[in-house]
Amino acid sequence: MEIKNLTIKEARKLLDTKQISAKELAKSCLENIEKRNKELNVFLEVYDDVLEQAEEAQKIIDSGNSKELTGIPLAIKDNILIKGKKASASSKILQNYTATYDATVIEKLKEEGVIFLGRVNMDEFAMGGSTENSAFEVTKNPYDTSRVAGGSSGGSAAAVVAEMALGALGSDTGGSVREPASFCGVVGLKPTYGSVSRFGLMAMGSSLDVIGPITKTVSDAEIIFNVIKGKDKMDSTSTEIENCKLKIENFKIGVPYHILEQEGISKDVRDNFNESINKLKDLGFEIKDIKLKNIDKSLAVYYIIMPAEVSSNMARYDGVKYGLRKEGNDLLEVYKKTRGEGFGAEVRRRIILGTYVLSSGYYDSYYGKAMAARKIIRAEFDSAFEQVDAVLTPTAPFPAWKIGEKKSPLENYLADIFTVTANIVGCPAISLPSGFVKIDGKDLPLGIQLMSSHSNENILFEIGKKFLNE
Amino acid sequence: MISKEEIKKLADLARIEISDEEVESLRGEMDAILEYVGQISRIPSPEQGEGDTIVRGEVNVLREDTNPTESGTYSKELIANFPNKEKNYLKVKKILG
Repeated sequence: MEIKNLTIKEARKLLDTKQISAKELAKSCLENIEKRNKELNVFLEVYDDVLEQAEEAQKIIDSGNSKELTGIPLAIKDNILIKGKKASASSKILQNYTATYDATVIEKLKEEGVIFLGRVNMDEFAMGGSTENSAFEVTKNPYDTSRVAGGSSGGSAAAVVAEMALGALGSDTGGSVREPASFCGVVGLKPTYGSVSRFGLMAMGSSLDVIGPITKTVSDAEIIFNVIKGKDKMDSTSTEIENCKLKIENFKIGVPYHILEQEGISKDVRDNFNESINKLKDLGFEIKDIKLKNIDKSLAVYYIIMPAEVSSNMARYDGVKYGLRKEGNDLLEVYKKTRGEGFGAEVRRRIILGTYVLSSGYYDSYYGKAMAARKIIRAEFDSAFEQVDAVLTPTAPFPAWKIGEKKSPLENYLADIFTVTANIVGCPAISLPSGFVKIDGKDLPLGIQLMSSHSNENILFEIGKKFLNE
Repeated sequence: MISKEEIKKLADLARIEISDEEVESLRGEMDAILEYVGQISRIPSPEQGEGDTIVRGEVNVLREDTNPTESGTYSKELIANFPNKEKNYLKVKKILG
């Protein structure tokens, strides 16, 4: 069975009409993993019960009770808990940690009869944009193995484009679903904050984190989103989403052209972005030039709020009840050794940075100021969404970079310039593949990002499907 | 520039052991990051007060403190994750002198 370009939607038909069995489908994914995982480093672990899971799914299909995702093989980011399976967040500190419960999203996928293939690589605790911060080596881009697959959900995006899974779950704190989706030429959805339960997702920035799907098509992302969304009593910030803008005709798309004038955006990205705008115009969408006065400060706001939240969320990894423990002469030394050796350099850096911006002398000028700015940016988006139905930007300022190319932390952070805003505002955003650029004889994917107002994922799906001709 | 002592103090507060080399490299990296994020000072401060929440309709969500999980329900899995134990007890460094 060749699964090249097979979507979840098509697989559903093939499974339900018995043209393929759940086992055959799972086996073809396993074969592709076998063929390319050594080279690409996508899966940290492939579960040994995949075929048993497929048999269970087949029983549901045979009984005529299959649901949208019954028998669909998915890859799961290594920071989402599946009971009884290891979950390390690509960190040495949790290298041998076994999840003691199911994340709510996993529970929902289990009810559907999904096949969990295994856990995929990421930047340690989701901190990074390239998986170069993984404690278990970088995931390579299937389009050019000398380049990164993006991150932090780089394993999730690479698994989908390398045909190792039909879809994947990632998590997005500042672009961690959208940026790798863009680098790998697939679709990545960051849902509205709170629309998907965070219970069982390892916390990074709790006011920013959300779980989202990575898939080949917009329709597939919509299918997974509809399964995993919903209010959950285990996550008090979760909400039921209500589309307030249904059936709008003549969608207006706003483009904040002014943000493209800043430095550091590659010419290839600008050209591709302009082509994408023309394509959207040809499809009948009205394009409107909009101003978002403080959007260029989003990245600065993000790199204060996020490390602040990181520094408190990471406090739980202390070597006492679970995870790595390094022994010392007293308890304080146990803490310091465990955290010093267990966390990688980027995690240590962000904890220390967060400790700084929250410390009493600097709180007002950094964290306090950032929270006030967050409110302003949020208000600017609210008024933008009164004029337009969606806001369009590139997903990332450049295509996938060469492994090891970016030297300083700040250089890495600048990759998030277009994506962090949606997390600061809490609104939904999607990255759509928008073509390729040829560099060093290799085709590298590019992506565009659409944002819409809270709970209006349906607008993103509708525009996205037209853009990708689904 | 942020001082060595300041970095060491922050690492201590965060309970992270770092090497002298890392203290040195963090000084430069932190300075670059703080300079970049410092641009938020150019955003005028809004008046504080109503609607200071970030998440739409944000309210405290509480539950009744009832129906605790029955003792022992998750013990097996949790104990299995202990880094060091004796029988079913978590083993840690002596805390009291």
